[in-house]
Amino acid sequence: MSDAVMDSHDHDHHHGPAHKGFKRWLFTTNHKDIGTMYLIFALVMLFVGGAFALVIRAELFMPGLQIVSPDYFNQMTTMHGLVMVFMVIMPAMTGLANWQIPLMIGAPDMALPRLNNWSFWILPIALALIGSTLFIDGPGPNFGWTFYAPLSTTYGPPSTDYMIFAIHLLGLSSIMGSINIIVTIFNLRAPGMTLMKMPIFVWTWLITAFLIIAVMPVLAGAVTMMLMDRHFGTAFFEAGGGGDPVMFQHIFWFFGHPEVYILILPAFGVISEVIPTFSSKKIFGYRFMVYATASIAILSFVVWAHHMFTTGIPLAAELFFMYTTMLIAVPTGIKVFNWVGTMWRGALRFEPPMLFAVAFVILFTIGGFSGLMLSIVPADYQYQDTYFVVAHFHYVLVPGALFGIMTAVYYWLPKWSGKMYSHKLANWHFWLTVISLNLTFFPMHFLGLAGMPRRIPDYALQFTNFNAVATVGAFMFGLSQLVFVWLIISTVRSGKPTTPEVWESSHGLEWTLPSPPPYHTFETPPHVE
Amino acid sequence: MRWRSSLFLILTPLLTFAEQMPTINMTQGVTKVSRDIYDLHMTIFLICCVIGVIVFGAILYSIIHHRKSKGAVAADFHENATLEFAWTLIPFLILIVMAVPATRVLVSMRDASKPDVNIKVVGYQWKWQYEYLDQGISFFSSLATPLDQIHNKIKKNKDYLLDVDKPLVVPIHKKIRFLVTSNDVIHSWWMPAFGIKRDAIPGYIHEAWAVIEQPGMYYGRCAELCGADHGFMPVVVKAVTEVEYKKWIKSQHEAKKQSAAASNKKMTQDELMAEGKKAYDAHCASCHKATGEGMPPVFPALKNGLIVVGPADAQIKLVLNGVKGTAMQAFGAQLDDVTLAAIITYERNAWGNDNIGKKYKKMIQPSDIKAARSEGK
Ligand code: HEC
Ligand SMILES: [Cu+2]
Repeated sequence: MSDAVMDSHDHDHHHGPAHKGFKRWLFTTNHKDIGTMYLIFALVMLFVGGAFALVIRAELFMPGLQIVSPDYFNQMTTMHGLVMVFMVIMPAMTGLANWQIPLMIGAPDMALPRLNNWSFWILPIALALIGSTLFIDGPGPNFGWTFYAPLSTTYGPPSTDYMIFAIHLLGLSSIMGSINIIVTIFNLRAPGMTLMKMPIFVWTWLITAFLIIAVMPVLAGAVTMMLMDRHFGTAFFEAGGGGDPVMFQHIFWFFGHPEVYILILPAFGVISEVIPTFSSKKIFGYRFMVYATASIAILSFVVWAHHMFTTGIPLAAELFFMYTTMLIAVPTGIKVFNWVGTMWRGALRFEPPMLFAVAFVILFTIGGFSGLMLSIVPADYQYQDTYFVVAHFHYVLVPGALFGIMTAVYYWLPKWSGKMYSHKLANWHFWLTVISLNLTFFPMHFLGLAGMPRRIPDYALQFTNFNAVATVGAFMFGLSQLVFVWLIISTVRSGKPTTPEVWESSHGLEWTLPSPPPYHTFETPPHVE
Repeated sequence: MRWRSSLFLILTPLLTFAEQMPTINMTQGVTKVSRDIYDLHMTIFLICCVIGVIVFGAILYSIIHHRKSKGAVAADFHENATLEFAWTLIPFLILIVMAVPATRVLVSMRDASKPDVNIKVVGYQWKWQYEYLDQGISFFSSLATPLDQIHNKIKKNKDYLLDVDKPLVVPIHKKIRFLVTSNDVIHSWWMPAFGIKRDAIPGYIHEAWAVIEQPGMYYGRCAELCGADHGFMPVVVKAVTEVEYKKWIKSQHEAKKQSAAASNKKMTQDELMAEGKKAYDAHCASCHKATGEGMPPVFPALKNGLIVVGPADAQIKLVLNGVKGTAMQAFGAQLDDVTLAAIITYERNAWGNDNIGKKYKKMIQPSDIKAARSEGK
């Protein structure tokens, strides 16, 4: 199958992997192999992070302490957050970038293949470091994924240092990955593919990569300062030595806010590929989509203190951050309106990727609404640190970022594997997931408004009913994802062979290649008119 | 505002529904600020609802009418500059309309000038200290729910995890200024009925104020993760009339005198052990555990602990002054002589400690604590 593409090449060139077995994966520099490894890693970690979440939900099923101690509960919230952010969503997005960016811009591979190998293989090392804290003596990190000082410095358990080094490694991995993506996009585009002809997915990843390079070092700085405070006698975050605990939060959220856009922008890109295909139309307002993505990225650097409205920042700062935060609704709105504009008067086909994409648009918008509510500072004084916030960010991260990834898998898996999955199974997965996720997260809005703080292992009796509903929903959600795993395995093993185009009216360079694409592709660059 | 009242009119059924179900919506509270916040919350919520109806309506219409399976043919448009500018500009204008009242409320919330009563609120792992700055009264307020209810050994009562041993008492119709800070990690003092949530930051003071309009018991809680028992540090405020408030202040002054007198009495071993167990479970068990086994390596075990079975003076000093830079607080400022004597006696005799280190004093009297305090000064 590969001959068509490889013919013009020297015969001493490898047509397949250089090594066999485990060595193939350990030493690979092939973007497809590395993309696959990232995606599988993320899928496995989704179940690990999900298991932590289910411990949390099981404990919260009823009032009273039943399953874990409060301290272990705090370790679960910490691990759940860290794993989902750094070891599920980010690697999955990088996996998509690895597979798709070269295919979509007509490049033979990523520009820096060895760096690519290294950025992946750092991940399991970081995982081993942070995962070991659950097994060694004494508590693991137990201060939430935001690890505020001084709870994580003066009062942090010894295992905090493991977490600090794990975060250094994770930062290293994603910075190297991002450099690779930027270099690839700037240097390896096929002739004729100008920046404004690039697929939106590539655009969103380009902007995301710049965000990562800008803020991961800030996070590394924050954890290094923690390390200094813990062991080397500095007092960055301690008032007694002239420091300020709130400064930790400023530094953390200067990383943290762009980070949430790092998680969601590539998902925006996926949705912007899928909706046109299944509407049989071009994306509506391509230029505005690109500008909106860039504005979101720029604005994301000047909104960080909206996570800190109750910390006592000055009035002028509160006003500034309220206005900038409200402003972010404008470019985000443009995206949603443009997706709806793309669907409008199209010829819609509701195949599995489209189902996920439409659910994304609706449910992400609900998360956007609660975000807008949270930007109103006086109201935020009531919302802050309650389940309302938990509901908000789970609506933008689960039917947002995670659905973006699932949409991408449903859209491109037939291309990657050359095989089509069972639509029936995919529909089951979709409906089970959508129903259970709303069952889990919608009641959390009510809990938060009624006064339930986040990160508590036990609660007053008035919160019982909605917590029980959320727990049932969470277990349904977790089990539904087994359908997803089964679907992927059965497709790769025994799906029906599919065509190069896969979808009716699919558009873009990746669909000009055979399905599955040969090990090396676009060694002579295609021409884009 | 006209447009707002007409909006309210249209959505009255929805609103009354929301108001009658207090457990699904934000409380309106009992201060002007909390009501202003509630109004902002409902306004922005309604704006979101309206935008939602339009956007989701368009999606739904598309889903129903523009299906390929129904014979829809794709149109060819993919750009419309006017439309793009419109949906950039209109949301922008809506945001400005929203920002104006939000700014007004925020500015009023931050004005804590000219207070009638000043109360310092200090967060501790895991309880609150209230200090009446003008009256010289100070006390701790911690969870009243018994451990057995939390561990499902006995039935939970109605105010499970809501109630404290000693609520904050304040007068109504007076401007009360709260000065919020912390002794250890960051906490957050949250009283929904007043529209107040202020992070308690160690080393910094953070202001808030309230004029309460109705007498009653109000319930809140710590909102910022502050360690293991973050979920177990409620806030309770009892708002009373001015007359009752004065009476309460007087009774507090008298209680203080009585406890000073009690330091001189001699107690029996049984009295000390009984009182000690009660106080230990309330003040120490969250870290050192009711079994005395602690949670090593951070929270040391007291069962067979080096200090607890060693010389009494060292233990008294440690408990009075705490250990700087750790979660072990200076309990000298928190508990009176009788309680401390009882707790220390209990620790030295419980969990089999009475059989270890027998050469040291096992029974501590309130007068020992009093002596250690004056020695420390
Ligand atoms: C918030 C958690 C916390 C609470 C509550 C607490 N302690 Fe401690 N305690 C600690 C920590 C942490 C240490 C270890 C300090 C160190 O590193 O030296 C400690 C140490 C001690 C020690 C010394 C133990 C040893 O062998 O080194 C004694 C005695 C003690 N506490 C008594 C008490 C008493 C009495 C109370 C209740 C009035 C109490 N503690 C409440 C956290 C707590
Ligand atoms: Cu607290």
